[in-house]
Amino acid sequence: MMPPLIEVRGLRYCYEDGTRALNGVDFRLDRGETVALFGANGSGKTTFVLHLNGLLAGEGIVEVCGLPVNRQNIPEIRRKIGLVFQDSESQLFMPTVLEDVVFGPLNSGMSRQDAIERAQTALHTVGMSAAANKAPYHLSAGEKKRVAIAGILAMEPEILVLDEPTTSLDPPGQGALADLLVRLPQPKILATHDVPFARALCDRAVFFQGGVIAAEGPVEDIVTRFGWELALERSKLRR
Amino acid sequence: MHRRDPRAKIAALMVFLVVLATAHRALPVLGLALVLLLSAALIWARLPLFSALARAAIVLPFSLIFAAVCWLSGDPARGFSLLLKSYLSALAVLLVVSTTPFPALLRGLETIGAPRFLLMVVQFLYRYLFVISEEAQHMTIAAASRGATVRGVMAGARFRAAAGALAVLFARSYGRAEDIHRSMLARGFQGRFQPAAALRFRATDAVFMLFASLAPVLLRATVERAL
Amino acid sequence: MLPWKAIVHIPDGFLSTPVWATMDVAAAPAVAYIVRRAQRGFDDARVPLLGVMGAFVFAAQMINFPVGIGTTSHLVGGALLAYTLGPAAASVVMSAIIAIQALVFQDGGILAMGANLINMALVGVLAGYLPFYLWGGGRWHKWAIFAGGALSLMVSAVLALAELLISGVPMPASVLGVSLALFVVSALLEGAITLAVIQALETIQPGFVRKPETGRSFALGAIGLAAVLLAAVGVLVASTAPDGIEKLGLQVGIASHVRSLVTTPLTGYQAAFFQTGWLRKASGGLAGLALIYGACLLIGRAVARKRSA
Repeated sequence: MMPPLIEVRGLRYCYEDGTRALNGVDFRLDRGETVALFGANGSGKTTFVLHLNGLLAGEGIVEVCGLPVNRQNIPEIRRKIGLVFQDSESQLFMPTVLEDVVFGPLNSGMSRQDAIERAQTALHTVGMSAAANKAPYHLSAGEKKRVAIAGILAMEPEILVLDEPTTSLDPPGQGALADLLVRLPQPKILATHDVPFARALCDRAVFFQGGVIAAEGPVEDIVTRFGWELALERSKLRR
Repeated sequence: MHRRDPRAKIAALMVFLVVLATAHRALPVLGLALVLLLSAALIWARLPLFSALARAAIVLPFSLIFAAVCWLSGDPARGFSLLLKSYLSALAVLLVVSTTPFPALLRGLETIGAPRFLLMVVQFLYRYLFVISEEAQHMTIAAASRGATVRGVMAGARFRAAAGALAVLFARSYGRAEDIHRSMLARGFQGRFQPAAALRFRATDAVFMLFASLAPVLLRATVERAL
Repeated sequence: MLPWKAIVHIPDGFLSTPVWATMDVAAAPAVAYIVRRAQRGFDDARVPLLGVMGAFVFAAQMINFPVGIGTTSHLVGGALLAYTLGPAAASVVMSAIIAIQALVFQDGGILAMGANLINMALVGVLAGYLPFYLWGGGRWHKWAIFAGGALSLMVSAVLALAELLISGVPMPASVLGVSLALFVVSALLEGAITLAVIQALETIQPGFVRKPETGRSFALGAIGLAAVLLAAVGVLVASTAPDGIEKLGLQVGIASHVRSLVTTPLTGYQAAFFQTGWLRKASGGLAGLALIYGACLLIGRAVARKRSA
């Protein structure tokens, strides 16, 4: 069997004020998979995701492409894992779209010329080539999300991790994002509340509860088991 | 004019400002000449002339107060000088800033010696200026819609509510800064920003700089000699 | 709505050439120094924080604080920044704010930027931080914060006023008195707002506010602070003295042909001004009245708070 792309064993993490966010998480990502992370707000999904590229450091084992996440390996790991944060406004911090997308490649030590080429390719992939000289402030939520993904793609990552990617996207925006993601070849981890989105893109799902992964399996099984999809009907609402 | 090297524009601006600041004779005529010069530049740069002229007038309320004091103290000439110089300076700055993309302007300032760290802070400030202002606006609207109905509430309570709102905005801004930093780290940031795009000073920029710097100097020399 | 916050961003055209040139020359190395200090140990990692907090200060000016009789005021922010980010970082943020205000909003001149930077970003922040540094750790914590907020504004305003006077901008006694009174009231408001915000911050997250050391010598601190105050007031008073400028000119040794570039400020004004003694007394009296008014406001507020608690 091929070695996993991501392997997490017994991950524990406490916040500064003492609350235990993760209490022994075991997780595995194999090649070609797209995995959904479900769980209530505060169940540890985002905290977990931040451990994958060493932004947080807890106890336990976290390995990416066979490399343990430690100070020595972090630069390499951060190239391999492309993390798209929930808030695009904070992710696109440079004055123009192009400046932002070249940020990653430039940090890898590329020349400016090469970095710009990479950036232009990435912008083309996400369909935002025309916006290269625009200021991020003037883009719509969907456009910002696509530029954020371009910024990650420009680093040629091996794994994509997206934290609540459909936040503040309207239905057409969600559709466009799903179309884009399905075309990208990298294995993906999607932390999301959006069940139809997960259903369309993900092979399996894990459910975070009480700082551990309480269950994993096919998306539909998890959703049914934890009642994770609301079929709201006005007549059935409790008054 | 939009495509000229920012350094050429900055140099010309500085010459203009110094010529203006050190001028003391024949101010009305010189002032008119300089307004015409700047207006010509605005038209050449295809910027809306009247809105630029109006926008520069933002300095006038402050200057008017002092001008009035000067007039009442028996020195209307100084009052006029205050009004004219503050207005022309604002108009000149407006011209340069409207014809130069902000990041290029900062890059130009860097090459003439402004500390890079400070310019990066300015860049980030500019990037998030409207974002956070919008957040503050939402907070004031929300507060107003609550407080507007409560007349007669002690000013002290509203004072503390405003302080609380500011503290919340502070905390949110701080949190956003942490998010930005994490985002930078996730994309390989290792402590220093990589240098931005290099500026190229061409022959056209040199020609522009020469003419743009000479214009105010010649205008002043001519006006002062003629009068 | 009365303009309580006296604007201290000096535009171009107000300062005389020796003044703005001297300030620009003085500001350049000072700003370079404070930037290096703020960077120490962090490289560029703090750029986002300082930039975002600068944006916060801008946005914060939209939030209005009711201060009675149908008027409102807003935070200026130098002291608040110093108490949360440290004085060097606060100076850098204020410098960035001044630059943006001049470039983007044409509020504040370009040649005058050296003076504005010194008044607000450098001396203003320092004056605001001093009380906090000296007494912020002990029983006088709240008073230190209030005093710092007030001082940062007061010192900035007084320095700006002094620069304007040295440049020859005319200020009859009445205008000077009213300006000073406005400054004092604005300063007291800034102190009150800064204190209120710091207290609110300590409730949300105590970690935001720095912890100065306790047990500083009260006497030494008082002397240091008095020195700062006397210097600021002294500059102001000296600048209103007619012979002061001539003395200054001789000491600096400005050659006569250079001098002709600069209007000698007071020739022809002496008739319009009252004698220096009267001027000092008048402005002193008005400032004193303003202080009493401010003190009453604060005492009233403190009593009201105790009653409602």
